[in-house]
Amino acid sequence: MVVISLLPAGAAAVLLFGISALWVITLGVISALATEILLQILTKKKVTVLDGSAFLTGLLLAYNLPPKTPFWLPIVGSFFAIAIGKQVFGGLGQNIFNPALVGRVFLMASWPKFMTTFTLPLRYDAVTSATPLAAVKEGKILESLSYLDLFLGKRAGCLGEVCILALLLGALFLFIRGYISWHIPIPYIATVSLFAYIFGPKGLLSGDWLFHILSGGLILGAFFMATDYVTSPLTRKGQIIFGVGCGIITSVIRLWGGYPEGVSYAILMMNAATPIIDRYTKTRVYGSK
Amino acid sequence: MKKILNEFCKGIIKENPTFVLALGLCPTLAVSVSMINGLGMGIAASFVLLGSNLIISAIKKIVPDRIRIPCFIVVIATFVTITELTMKAYSPALDRALGIYVPLIVVNCIVLGRAEAFAQKNSVLNSLFDGLGMGVGFTLALLLISGIREFLGAGKFFNYTVIKGFAPAFMFGMPSGALLVIGLLLGFFNVLKNRKT
Repeated sequence: MVVISLLPAGAAAVLLFGISALWVITLGVISALATEILLQILTKKKVTVLDGSAFLTGLLLAYNLPPKTPFWLPIVGSFFAIAIGKQVFGGLGQNIFNPALVGRVFLMASWPKFMTTFTLPLRYDAVTSATPLAAVKEGKILESLSYLDLFLGKRAGCLGEVCILALLLGALFLFIRGYISWHIPIPYIATVSLFAYIFGPKGLLSGDWLFHILSGGLILGAFFMATDYVTSPLTRKGQIIFGVGCGIITSVIRLWGGYPEGVSYAILMMNAATPIIDRYTKTRVYGSK
Repeated sequence: MKKILNEFCKGIIKENPTFVLALGLCPTLAVSVSMINGLGMGIAASFVLLGSNLIISAIKKIVPDRIRIPCFIVVIATFVTITELTMKAYSPALDRALGIYVPLIVVNCIVLGRAEAFAQKNSVLNSLFDGLGMGVGFTLALLLISGIREFLGAGKFFNYTVIKGFAPAFMFGMPSGALLVIGLLLGFFNVLKNRKT
């Protein structure tokens, strides 16, 4: 189901960045499935590749890659995501961290050069360009990008994060079918925009909060990765804390940190805090003290 | 003779200090970036182990039980100082690469662990071979870890580039890569051990 909701964003990526985006997605997914099958046979477990979780991990990882990467990058990333992010912990339901993000952070730490070489969309001569967030971080001012461009995805970035419209369509589908609730994504996005507004570049209360929502991987992260059932808190209260925590970490990294984007690190850090959040927001069993 | 051989061999596989006893992980994590560093650290620690096991098993009768740890530390520190000064004199580059981890061999759990658990209860000859075996085991473990990390993290093997055009994964050269490699190897050796029994 989550896979269906991600289809519009994938289609948008192929439209914007051309056929290479399709290759990255295909290779990421195939590698994730193959790793899952291989490891489950090797460890003599039941092969549960048809549950779709490995497919989703590969897909999400591919969405987090630049559209024109070397062909082996999604393969290695998906292998790492499934092997280290998931199977080492004992498979689906046992992993502490979101596997797709484990894969992305591994690739980011290992091959920063390939992971930060972005190309502009709708150009077939592969002009490299910084992402809007990276450009702002370096102190450049962007005049050429309107909010509508950002909303439709006409900017450099990871292939699945650029088209906000397609992502929101997918998220809406998930909301209507009841797969995700507002308790993680909305506090997450609200916290980021609040921070971005308060701590603007020209003094307090002058920030461009809409720009911070529309650029970077915030929408993809908030709706599709922070809401992973396995790695997020169980209770409603815990989920709000989780969302706000993600928002604070993302803002701190974006505004004061060394990286232009912090969504993946924020979600991973809050994944690590999930057991503690769960412990302190445990609902009282009816009738007990 | 067979017993001596046994004392020597157990340190390499059955009681490997890194993978089975899980001792001395701190220098293992820190210096295993390249195989040269790993080998240097392994040899230095082996020499200290050998010397301290030898002396401690020889003086075990005259050391009062209540102050044995300070006595052991003095012996160990002596050998570490010898190693450090020798290294500074004859291979300053390696000394710079290993840095603080050479003097820190004094508090390496393997050295004190073997003194406490083996040398103070066994004969000089047995202790000698125990120290040698543990040292070789530690060196081999370091070589394995640093070999994996150097190959994946820098694309090299003993400082020689093996494959042209291989884009190394920098993460394996970083501390997170060290923890990952050691964790996976520990798991791998545990699987092997469980399969045997």
